Amino acid sequence: MGSFDFDVIARSLGYLFREGMVFTLTLTALAAVGGIVFGTLLAMMRLSSFKWLSLAATGYVNLMRSIPLLLVIFWFYFLVPYIGAWLTGAARPIHVGAFASSVITFTMFEAAYYSEIMRAGIQSIPRGQVWAGYALGLNYWQTMGTVVLPQAFRNMIPILLTQTIILFQDTSLVYVLSITDFLGAASKVAQRDSRLVEMYLFAALVYFIVSFGLSLLVKRLQQKIAIVR
Amino acid sequence: MAMIELKDVSKWYGSFQVLNGCTTSVEKGEVIVVCGPSGSGKSTLIKVVNALEPFQKGTIHVDGISVSDPKTDLPKLRSRVGMVFQHFELFPHLTITENLTLGQIKVLKRSEEEAKTRGLKYLDRVGLIEQKDKFPGQLSGGQQQRVAIARALSMDPICMLFDEPTSALDPEMINEVLDVMVGLAKEGMTMMVVTHEMGFARKVANRVIFMDRGQIVEDASKDDFFGKPRSERAQQFLAKILHN
Repeated sequence: MGSFDFDVIARSLGYLFREGMVFTLTLTALAAVGGIVFGTLLAMMRLSSFKWLSLAATGYVNLMRSIPLLLVIFWFYFLVPYIGAWLTGAARPIHVGAFASSVITFTMFEAAYYSEIMRAGIQSIPRGQVWAGYALGLNYWQTMGTVVLPQAFRNMIPILLTQTIILFQDTSLVYVLSITDFLGAASKVAQRDSRLVEMYLFAALVYFIVSFGLSLLVKRLQQKIAIVR
Repeated sequence: MAMIELKDVSKWYGSFQVLNGCTTSVEKGEVIVVCGPSGSGKSTLIKVVNALEPFQKGTIHVDGISVSDPKTDLPKLRSRVGMVFQHFELFPHLTITENLTLGQIKVLKRSEEEAKTRGLKYLDRVGLIEQKDKFPGQLSGGQQQRVAIARALSMDPICMLFDEPTSALDPEMINEVLDVMVGLAKEGMTMMVVTHEMGFARKVANRVIFMDRGQIVEDASKDDFFGKPRSERAQQFLAKILHN
């Protein structure tokens, strides 16, 4: 006891943040944007009156939500090169970097969750708003794009951001692909210098501060953006 | 050729029949008032005219174009028919000006400037030009409904549908909306109006349609309807509504 060396944190700070945190934030941002776009499309499919579209989306969402994220990460990492090869007609598995693979995985996985949020958001818009859009002569895409989705998105921003905070934490799972995200960087330093306790404590503290800070921001935002009706 | 023509229109929600063989027509320049007890299908009737609700039997033609024909360009047809709703349905995330120009720009492909000029002209007409930069939520119900009418007018509609335009309003705001509608009627706008405002019907309607349980029970000229309604249901309805 008494032999903790918290100096290791100060020494590796640059590496942790410039390499690790930058990766974590980049992955979070890309997957959030991709996930929300793809998730919104999934939500529109689920609410579509075309049965097979709705069934396909429902199946996808249920599948993604029933498999552990870790497993999805593995599957995509090993499968994407083969799928890519099949799509492009290449003879050998194409090379997909760990970064591209993790962006695709998280986008696809988070889309299932974002789609449920956007579905609730779309359903929260009164039917009359859709009628009003149609009555002006707007078609389905115009009505969605200019009337329904802007309102749905705005109503759901707090929940979308909360989901993004969860995504921010979940990205630490790319650790299993030996990627140097924030946790991966902390882990590498920890093992190199045999300072596991110090580094993992510090990593937890950073995740806590970022996540909790953001959730406080979301709370304040929530009070600000409610649409006046 | 009638502006709006319904022939034997029937509609079911599951096994419940909301419209039962409705046949009527609205000529160019005519003002038709549709009334009846709640649940009689009058709101549904006006929504099927614009194909906002599907129907299973019969035909509806607007300006000679079938609304149920899959080949019909519905958005285009709807853009020529103005519609005003019970709950106004202005877009709460857009300013009044944006509400007025959205359809003109996206559907009629007018330039932003032209759309604005036209929209504001009608906003001025309903007496709300000074509200142009506000959001719908900042306006009273009566004001919102007048904006909704201006929004429909700025699309240069060939006819207007009103779905209980005053039922969601506080009593003191009803007249400001009715005044605008009376003005439109006097200018010769073809109008189909679902309303309980019998004063409005008396003033400008050419014909009154009385509905009950999904059927058109009475389709009579204004004088006949108020003077001597044929059906007992219509007599009872009139007695109740006029005594209040």
